[in-house]
Amino acid sequence: MQLTGAEAVVKCLVEEGVDTVFGYPGGQIMPLYDALYDAPLRHILTVHEQGAVHAADGYARASGRVGVCIATSGPGATNLVTGLAAAYLDSVPLVAITGQVPTGMLGRDSFQEVDITGITMSVTKHNFLVRDAARIPEVMRLAFRIARSGRPGPVLVDLPRDVQQGKMTFYPEEPAPVRRETDETRTEDAVRRAAAAITAARRPVMVLGGGVIRGQASREAALLAEKLGLPVVSTLMGLGALPSTHPQWLGLTGMHGHVAANRTVHEADLVIAVGSRFSDRVTGDPKRYPAGKTFIHLDIDRSEVGKNVASHIALIGELKPLLARLAAQTAPGDIASWNAAVATWREENKPEYTAESLNAPWIMREISRRAAGQPVVFATDVGQHQMWAAQHLSVDTPGTWLTSGGLGCMGFGLPAALGAQVAAPGHRAVLVAGDGGFKMTGMELYTLAAYNLPVIAVVLDNRCLGMVRQWQQLFYRERYSSSLVPREMDFAAFAEVCGVPGWRVATPAEFTAAFSAAWESGGPAVIAADIATKDIVTPMIAPGAALNEFVHVK
Amino acid sequence: MKHVLSILVYNQPGVLVRVAGMFSRRGFNIHSLAVGTTQDPRYSRITVVVCGDNGILDQVVKQLDKLVEVEAIQLLPPDASVRRGIAMVKIAAGGDKRAEVLKLAEVFRANIVDISEQTATFEITGDDDKIDAFVDLLGPYGILEMVRTGLAGLARGTSNIHQYERREYYEQIVL
Repeated sequence: MQLTGAEAVVKCLVEEGVDTVFGYPGGQIMPLYDALYDAPLRHILTVHEQGAVHAADGYARASGRVGVCIATSGPGATNLVTGLAAAYLDSVPLVAITGQVPTGMLGRDSFQEVDITGITMSVTKHNFLVRDAARIPEVMRLAFRIARSGRPGPVLVDLPRDVQQGKMTFYPEEPAPVRRETDETRTEDAVRRAAAAITAARRPVMVLGGGVIRGQASREAALLAEKLGLPVVSTLMGLGALPSTHPQWLGLTGMHGHVAANRTVHEADLVIAVGSRFSDRVTGDPKRYPAGKTFIHLDIDRSEVGKNVASHIALIGELKPLLARLAAQTAPGDIASWNAAVATWREENKPEYTAESLNAPWIMREISRRAAGQPVVFATDVGQHQMWAAQHLSVDTPGTWLTSGGLGCMGFGLPAALGAQVAAPGHRAVLVAGDGGFKMTGMELYTLAAYNLPVIAVVLDNRCLGMVRQWQQLFYRERYSSSLVPREMDFAAFAEVCGVPGWRVATPAEFTAAFSAAWESGGPAVIAADIATKDIVTPMIAPGAALNEFVHVK
Repeated sequence: MKHVLSILVYNQPGVLVRVAGMFSRRGFNIHSLAVGTTQDPRYSRITVVVCGDNGILDQVVKQLDKLVEVEAIQLLPPDASVRRGIAMVKIAAGGDKRAEVLKLAEVFRANIVDISEQTATFEITGDDDKIDAFVDLLGPYGILEMVRTGLAGLARGTSNIHQYERREYYEQIVL
């Protein structure tokens, strides 16, 4: 069938099963927007292109499908860069489509021209500049395939305006199934060696990373853990892989991890790392972290083996079948005394909650209590509140914890929650944000109101850039350089202006009432919770310290 | 330690930037790089000399393997491959020094590709050591300027890079 390039793009999106795209139009992407005008696709118009890419990211994280965002050339395209980097570092499947100046104008510093494929080369899994309309179907299909195959990631497709307008013949095609492969010969031997090491270990621990979520291998991870009876911890990206109520789950490991979880990893003689890339926030001192331990590393990305931590046994491929095989071939070792020690650490370090004044840990418990048993998706921004949420929210299902882990991208939270709410209309998206990051992309409240997306945004307002302030208190002699906000902001009033009901609360009772009202309203809501400026996140391991060296706070 | 890697890539705009960008982004050191077409116009072949221990080499290969346009990677060890580069060296070679320099070039089987009253330009082909030795010897005569290509290399015997090719177009991006 004869189509324009832009119409072919729409056909390909539909072919790939896309039903929603996030974007913002502009000059060089107008042919595509013209084709979208009567396309069977829902287009969510955000306030800013960064909102569109984070929303597509949140959509992808919550649904496990490929998120799609669209922007124009030049500033539209550069506004996507932060969001692409966030998706790249957290292995989120995205396809970003950008307009570009016509091919004849390329390279002449034309109006709104930037070399976006050059700019995004290091923050995408791959990118394309399409110079011929006839190549659009091939490129679009490849883009989706690359985005979702293996270790997922973002792919950018740059479309010059004349390519969108060019005529071409379109041949429909079923999307290619994603081929999953594991190197059989190497794997069999590695599984045998891993099984022997696990059975021989006296102090094993399982570390679940984001790959378990992305690889949809939570069930297999739980079955392996249960068969072996060993303690399990999650990295920031691996929260939700096991329900927070699971008896073997000790909590978060890493810089702000739970004491029992970090102590267990520190004292372990064997680490089974599943879909974790041993980020510096997870390992602390990369020299002392591996001391005295055997590492079994399961990952879909071969290059993660030996990148940050040298592994003794590597199992490369899809986590689902690998975990199942490992479970089938491994017998539990003698770890009763280890489990007893771990249980003691857990008992000694149970978090305590106080409702004497409004504080973040209590708020996280309260949200968890209110949301228990309900379909809910949690999203966070980046900073202190993110760590409090990671420590104290009950995340019980994979894909219901959306956070910018690798990039640590402030401003991620609200648009990501928006995208998650679009992806999962039967769920309630609950955002936990800080006042700093919420200001960065807070205008997307307008988008929530415009599309009536019932996200509940809880803004922990401590009137400072909390994590910066915390580091200044601990490591910079309390010199609070540019971290205390010069002027308070009324987030409830701001919400109202955007068309979203807002509450401002200062006591636990007020919070409970506001959260209930927001929940019952069935629409978007903002609850700004005043918490103390001085509150800091503990426990904490200083950057570059070992996992048993906690920062002592005055 | 230096390692020579041969990389078969799809011949597309930007592919060299992608490969070179990966090296610089991840902090791998490139000693030299040479790129050119092959018998099949769809492919180009890059020969790159990297510096680093075996751990770094392992990471270089794995990271290269993730690039969509990389089709095959082959390590070219010194004992099982031939590697050659070209250098052109222009020296001041007027008057009485000229005969002496020409003799030296003969020993190295370097060709004279340009000669003028005051200068002589030699072309020498060889592995890095041979070229280094030639350049060192010419040093005292006064090198006016020089240029050097990266090494290009092939495995000896029947071994060849196509043995390492991916089975299907773009398929191995799954790993």
